[in-house]
Amino acid sequence: MSLAPAVPSADVQLPATRRDIAPLLLVPALMLVTLPLVGSWSTWVTLTVAGLAMGMMIFIMASGLTLVFGLMNVINFGHGAFIAVGAFSATLVLLPLRHWLEMDSLPSNLAVLALAIVVAMLVTALLGWAFERLLIQPVYGQHLKQILVTMGGMIVAEQLIHVLWGAATIAVPLPTALRGALLLGDAAIDKYRLVAVAVGLVVFIAMYLILNRTKIGLLVRAGVEHGEMVEALGYRIRRLFVLVFAAGAGLAGLGGVMWGLYKETLTASMGGEIMVMLFIVIIIGGLGSVGGCFIGALLIALVANYTGFLAPGIALVSGIVLMISVLLWRPAGLYATGRG
Amino acid sequence: MLRQLLSGDLPRSRSLTALLVVIVLGLALAPFLTSGARPLNTAATICVYIVLVASYDLLLGYTGIVSFAHTMFYGIGAYGIGLALARVDEPTWGVAMTGLGLALLLALALALVVGLFALRVQAIFYAMITLAVASSFAVLASQLSDFTGGEDGVTFSVPHVLSPAYRLVEREVFGRHLDGRLLTYYVVFVGCLLLFLFLLRLVNSPFGRVLQAIRENAFRAEALGYRTMVYRIWANVLAALTASLAGALMALWLRYVGPKTSLGFEVMTDILLIVVIGGMGTMYGAVVGATLFILAQNYLKDWMAHGAAALDGVPVLAAALHPDRWMLWLGLLFILSIYWFPVGIVGKLRLRAWLAARSLR
Amino acid sequence: MERPTPNMLAPDPAAHQPLLRLTGVHTHIGQYHILHGVDLQVARGELAVLLGRNGAGKTTTLRTIMGLWRASSGSIHFDGSDITRLATSAIARAGIAYVPENMAVFSDLTVRENLVLAARDGPLDTARVDWICGFFPALRTFWHRPAGNLSGGQKQMVAIARAIVEPRKLLLVDEPTKGLAPAIVHSLMAAFRELKAQGATILLVEQNVHVVRALGDTASVMDGGRVVHAGPMAVLAGDAALQQRLLGLSLDTQP
Repeated sequence: MSLAPAVPSADVQLPATRRDIAPLLLVPALMLVTLPLVGSWSTWVTLTVAGLAMGMMIFIMASGLTLVFGLMNVINFGHGAFIAVGAFSATLVLLPLRHWLEMDSLPSNLAVLALAIVVAMLVTALLGWAFERLLIQPVYGQHLKQILVTMGGMIVAEQLIHVLWGAATIAVPLPTALRGALLLGDAAIDKYRLVAVAVGLVVFIAMYLILNRTKIGLLVRAGVEHGEMVEALGYRIRRLFVLVFAAGAGLAGLGGVMWGLYKETLTASMGGEIMVMLFIVIIIGGLGSVGGCFIGALLIALVANYTGFLAPGIALVSGIVLMISVLLWRPAGLYATGRG
Repeated sequence: MLRQLLSGDLPRSRSLTALLVVIVLGLALAPFLTSGARPLNTAATICVYIVLVASYDLLLGYTGIVSFAHTMFYGIGAYGIGLALARVDEPTWGVAMTGLGLALLLALALALVVGLFALRVQAIFYAMITLAVASSFAVLASQLSDFTGGEDGVTFSVPHVLSPAYRLVEREVFGRHLDGRLLTYYVVFVGCLLLFLFLLRLVNSPFGRVLQAIRENAFRAEALGYRTMVYRIWANVLAALTASLAGALMALWLRYVGPKTSLGFEVMTDILLIVVIGGMGTMYGAVVGATLFILAQNYLKDWMAHGAAALDGVPVLAAALHPDRWMLWLGLLFILSIYWFPVGIVGKLRLRAWLAARSLR
Repeated sequence: MERPTPNMLAPDPAAHQPLLRLTGVHTHIGQYHILHGVDLQVARGELAVLLGRNGAGKTTTLRTIMGLWRASSGSIHFDGSDITRLATSAIARAGIAYVPENMAVFSDLTVRENLVLAARDGPLDTARVDWICGFFPALRTFWHRPAGNLSGGQKQMVAIARAIVEPRKLLLVDEPTKGLAPAIVHSLMAAFRELKAQGATILLVEQNVHVVRALGDTASVMDGGRVVHAGPMAVLAGDAALQQRLLGLSLDTQP
């Protein structure tokens, strides 16, 4: 029983929603284009898997950074601390349980790895919480001070790693069952790289589901756009911030563990070393966009691998060239959230 | 006359004035007050870092721009003069100046490109882009080892006048030989002094005032008719060129250039630490901060070693006081400075003097 | 300023107290002094209209009630408690819903997701949603579309739907009809009428004189950051000279 008159049809006619698919095509397109350039199928597979694995790890490490920026408009120059601390915390499990890792049994290897990851993520989430309360909260809204203070935080964290774990680098050999490669015809695919890709996909899908199917995810997406209105709807947005920050730190910790095992050595400065690449990735993806970050991470890793083979001279600057190219096409990154 | 020399930017605090006098005199007379290579090296490093940090203060403290590319320009100046002198058989002033000139051109070009591309965007974006550019440059420098000497860097000879063998006069003056090292030191000292006074003049000019207005409120400055982009680019260029000159002086002193000393991220963190602890937007903060920092870097470690030895056995504390961990304490001091001494040492001294003057009335 | 409440069957003493009361509220934004001692009361169950020229401080008043701007002095009482110093989220949870002037719909979220977010206390009440869609059929049409794709009028519907998807004690609505087609305005008015009939209390900032006259029980007029007139709508509507003096226009214009 409606009192309102029928809404005139002119108002209902809207253009159909155009999904922005161009960025989604970049990765497949890149992979296809380089196949003929590389020439050999097996080399291409090796390069591609290596690129995808590295890209996934970079994505895991960078996702927290971009989410925090999108939601809280906070740039954390100390994000690398979470990566390093995560990796080193994993040794609290990996070293005592070394015996299980040396067994050639996939279940026991994975079990220890899973435990190490859980420990690492808990420690880094806690560190993230502390970071947010002590360093970020007092300088809310002042970007300049945020940059300086978070850098200071990373310096201190790096030094504390030295204090607590000693100054030397720590070797973390791969678990036995994950060493070596599978053969796909002529192509050799490292087992660990497959694990990395699998973990990365799980993280991405989980993030996608959480952001799009849960109320918390709704809050984060709404908060990115209009934090004030979210508060006016009755939600304490500060708590959301802290939660997202800690989660982002935890993700960085996970990334650190994966990456540390990939390199098989841990150094206190491993987080700081990769910060530049993470920044390039989130700029490419668009500050605040998780999907853009995913694509950006895969792109940068694939490009680095392909150019390393095809044109080694420019491999080192391929990241920055990629960034400039993307920015020339879309100045705010692949998916602009209106924040950058 | 002193007022004119300092472009009207007086210390405005007795303690600060005293401190500055001590520092300047100390640096001016360093060759005669100290003996041995290490103290003189410390003094030369202080001179160069004063200019390096002061030029960064121009960007950060006065214009409000956070850039991570500053060390890149420092390195360009160093490599310019270093590579030029390394590639010739006969190191002459002409060669050195040519190398320096080319370096300055490169610095100018890069500063313009980066500025034009990135200064129109948000501060955070700019900071990240400068970080990416600088680190790519550093990687390039260490990879093009045929040209740049790679990771190990390049040693070279300096013009004859500056070499250790040279003697200005045969007899000793105040117990010191007036040799090439001493002359090099004074080239560095006078060069840095002039550059610093130039920066001081710059920030106290109308140009400098507009920069500060832009830092406070860019919108308003734009509304008042100042083309903020142009001023920012100018600030970027001038800071870059000054940093390059500082780098050149350092190279001349060390007779060596290498990625770690000239382009490493450690240098960038040092600059940030000094400018914040010393006091942003004051210029004198660079003087006080650089002096304290370099002295600490060279001598504090000895004290820390004593402390660590004394606490030997205590697990965490002994490790925390290990001389290699001096960055930990500096990092903590840095964070605390941002909160509690947002105006740095110089700002605090000036504030105290101002408050004291007020209470007297 | 007492008004008899519609429901006279339950002589609840609290029912005679105004639901919302502002006393001497001052608000400073930066160095600007916007509100100069606002006194305002809204009784339970009424639709109070807040009128005034542009810049008189109406939006600032709503934002101050909502805690988005802090009152520098004075007090705000809601349903018996002092909410002056509370955080915005606490004020919202106390039972106040806010429809801002710029609507603030979440463009990246679908219409459905916008409403899910607004339904704090649990899942969407389908019966209530049906009732809302009765006024705003467009919501049903665009249920799964991102709210950013909707027209201005439809976004306004989403914003209001968000505020009423669960029963709230007080609705603060800031210029809902601005820039909307007459047909949409008609839908909005019907919605407000029915909300009122259900006992909701509404504080409405409006410039549309037709809406004001048709819906308002009481009228408060603001000028220069103060309430300069408050009283029953009938009084203001019946005094053309008063209208001219306070608003510079007449409430007699036909739609």
